Amino acid sequence: MRIKLEKRQEPSKLMQVVTPIASVLLTMLVGVVVFDLLGIDGQRAVIDIFLTPLLASYKWQDVAVKAAPLIIIALGLSIGNRANVWNIGAEGQYIIGALCAAGVGIAAGTAGGPIIMVTMILAGMVGGSAWASVPAALRTRFGVNEILSSLMLTYVALQVLSYLVGGPWKDPNGRNFPATAPLQPDQTLPILFSGTTVHLGVAIAVVLPFVFWLLMSRSVFGYQIRVVGSAPNAARHGGFDGNQTVWLAMLIGGGMAGLAGALEFAGSLKAINLGFPSGYGFTAIIVSFLGRLHPIGCLIAGIVLAVTYVGGQVAQTTVHIPNATAGIFQAMMLFFILASDIFVRYRVRFIPSAKAVVQPAPGE
Amino acid sequence: MDSSIAPRLQLTGITKRFPGVLANDSVSFAVLPGEIHALLGENGAGKSTLVKMIYGIMQPDAGEIRWNGQALTIGNPKAARKLGIGMVFQHFSLFEAMTVLENIALGMDAKIHARDLEARIREVMEQYGLKLDPHRTVSTLSVGERQRIEIVRALLLNPKLLIMDEPTSVLTPQEVEQLFVVLRQLASEGCSILYISHKLHEIKALCDTATILRGGKLVDTCDPKVETSRSMAEKMIGAGLKEITKPASRSLGPEKLVVSRLSIPGAGPFGIALKDINFTVRGGEIFGVAGVAGNGQNALLLALSGEVLSGDAEAISIDGAPVGQLQAKSRRLKGLASVPEERNGHAAVPEFSLADNTILTARDRLGMVSAGLIKAGAAKTYAGEVITAFAVKALGPGAMAGSLSGGNLQKYIMGREILQKPAVLVVSQPTWGVDAGAAAAIHQAIVDLAAAGSAVVVISQDLDELLSLCDTLAVINEGRLSRPIEVAGADIEEIGLLMGGIHGEAPTTPTAELELADAH
Repeated sequence: MRIKLEKRQEPSKLMQVVTPIASVLLTMLVGVVVFDLLGIDGQRAVIDIFLTPLLASYKWQDVAVKAAPLIIIALGLSIGNRANVWNIGAEGQYIIGALCAAGVGIAAGTAGGPIIMVTMILAGMVGGSAWASVPAALRTRFGVNEILSSLMLTYVALQVLSYLVGGPWKDPNGRNFPATAPLQPDQTLPILFSGTTVHLGVAIAVVLPFVFWLLMSRSVFGYQIRVVGSAPNAARHGGFDGNQTVWLAMLIGGGMAGLAGALEFAGSLKAINLGFPSGYGFTAIIVSFLGRLHPIGCLIAGIVLAVTYVGGQVAQTTVHIPNATAGIFQAMMLFFILASDIFVRYRVRFIPSAKAVVQPAPGE
Repeated sequence: MDSSIAPRLQLTGITKRFPGVLANDSVSFAVLPGEIHALLGENGAGKSTLVKMIYGIMQPDAGEIRWNGQALTIGNPKAARKLGIGMVFQHFSLFEAMTVLENIALGMDAKIHARDLEARIREVMEQYGLKLDPHRTVSTLSVGERQRIEIVRALLLNPKLLIMDEPTSVLTPQEVEQLFVVLRQLASEGCSILYISHKLHEIKALCDTATILRGGKLVDTCDPKVETSRSMAEKMIGAGLKEITKPASRSLGPEKLVVSRLSIPGAGPFGIALKDINFTVRGGEIFGVAGVAGNGQNALLLALSGEVLSGDAEAISIDGAPVGQLQAKSRRLKGLASVPEERNGHAAVPEFSLADNTILTARDRLGMVSAGLIKAGAAKTYAGEVITAFAVKALGPGAMAGSLSGGNLQKYIMGREILQKPAVLVVSQPTWGVDAGAAAAIHQAIVDLAAAGSAVVVISQDLDELLSLCDTLAVINEGRLSRPIEVAGADIEEIGLLMGGIHGEAPTTPTAELELADAH
């Protein structure tokens, strides 16, 4: 018997939905086997990482707060990924966005209220976009690969962060820790449900996917992004400027990462210290692909990845595995989703080796 | 070993099925030793599938292949070559950056020392009068010369059957003649030739027997010297051919498209630069650009459509307004529509629906956008209009462009541009890979558009197409355009010489040296 991959006439819609779900299930299955082989209770670890955060209602707020930045960053990255603009530096744009918001907070002193909050959020978006404009300029002017330049700028952003929190922006009233002064209570984002940590940023993360959905499916801009990604020559034929697309994709990707950074700072952490970078900008790449670059897919995938973050912490205490385990699971998910991509465009056929067997009648 | 009685190749009841299509339905015919046998049919008739099975690339689902009277299975191309079956493909598999010798060495099944191989190559070329320097780099060769590499490669194996897949589609008339001399010599030495084409006059001139396929079925095996071109064409298409009807008397309108001193540097190391191109097309005129593939046709289309800008605004004008520095989008608003050669991925997005594909080029002219949002309804309606007006076989506006056959997609793309009533239409290879029925419909649409007062530029390698369609034509060679020639009094010899090289040299002279000189 031979196994043959056969190109589908049209990409399979069913497979587009099935493959992300299968990737998560495969990740869980492989996780059980691998941990069992390592002598750790694999079943327990996988249950704690993937299910406990969903079943225990007191974990829901953690999931929501962690999902918000992942969703917001992934929405921006999906636009770039669709247009074949590969922004790998969302982590840096996220950091710069948070720093810009912090700068506004520091400049505002004791002043607070909605105007300061909105200014912080806008500053975050502008900062993220500005950071992303460097790779955009390098790519459109000099043809520099944006994957490398955006990634390298992440490490520059980390240096900027440690310089600011360890130097000019260090909390004068702190105990000489490298951290900014915490925000005033009327500078922090409002909490949506009292008694929880669920802040305004979560609401933004729920609404934005629908805005992006509308943008991508109905607007000329969304059309432009889809054509450039699908057939660059056709885009040029249709009068869409390739460089303009790179700029838009990078600015939106950076802006969203910056927004996420500002919301995380003003909604959750309230101060920036050296531990602020949490890898959301990198994990959002997984969210973007697991969500099949679709805004609503990003919403769902963001929740799944947030679950693994929260579950990783649970498993740390229950089966005593390091927190980094969550990262292994996230990486496996990306691995499976990318590998299973082929089933969207191709179907597998099993061809009996016996010559006499008549081919099935044409169908499908 | 050779039996003079048994056919060289005999096919009996060959059937091949693909998902959704029966590509070959019980095809039977025989090729005799030393016979030049034409395999004739429209695109999609099943010619390629059939020869792929003879060459061992695919296996038939049913039927029998006999080679010199013996039934056998040809498992792969290597086995086919071992039997003495050679094939020259329509699309060459050559490495541009390597020499002729290196390319041939790479394709050999047996390892032969470079010096011995070169001696063998020179011997074969001497024998058949093929001129080619084994040490030339492929990128500097013309298409005709590249084809010679493929022929030499096949001849080195002393084939008993040579399969030629559409060999003349890229050649000048003179190069075609030279090819025929080689093929006739081969046949006289006993080599059978299976010659795939849809050019009827070539088949009449060259072939002893013609097997005609239509829709995967064998329609007839006939003697092309007895048949007329028309009778063979009708067998191929299965219905009476529709002639293009041109309006009897036409008066040309004002100058619509003026190209003056258009020069554009070549893109990339193998890109062709456009050099000082001048021509004028008036309303109602169909202007042809002839030439062998790869002489700047693509660059010319991109320059005219606005996908590549020239620095000079005055280089191109539409209705007297300079547009040389305007982008494709703005040129479209000025009334210039274009159809590039490549349908999938350039003229249309294969993964998008037909409705979404209208937005690509018609969104501004037909008001499909308001406040940055796409009017999906308008796109769908327009797609439906195009489908109806151009008899496109598709499931509807929601069908994916990539799911249409080549001819249907081309009709759709032509319709999408023509129904926008452009002042100027530029099309490249309008009927490339399109079946005869669709080609006739496309030709008629071009003629009708011109009759309605538009200026049309047709860029094509198919000289017959241009001669039947155009009022005026010019030849592009090495990025230079010849002076315009009135088609009514055109001398085909002169056009052929222009296609081979602008200085009127014999086409065997490598014109590529010019290009090299320019590159330095």
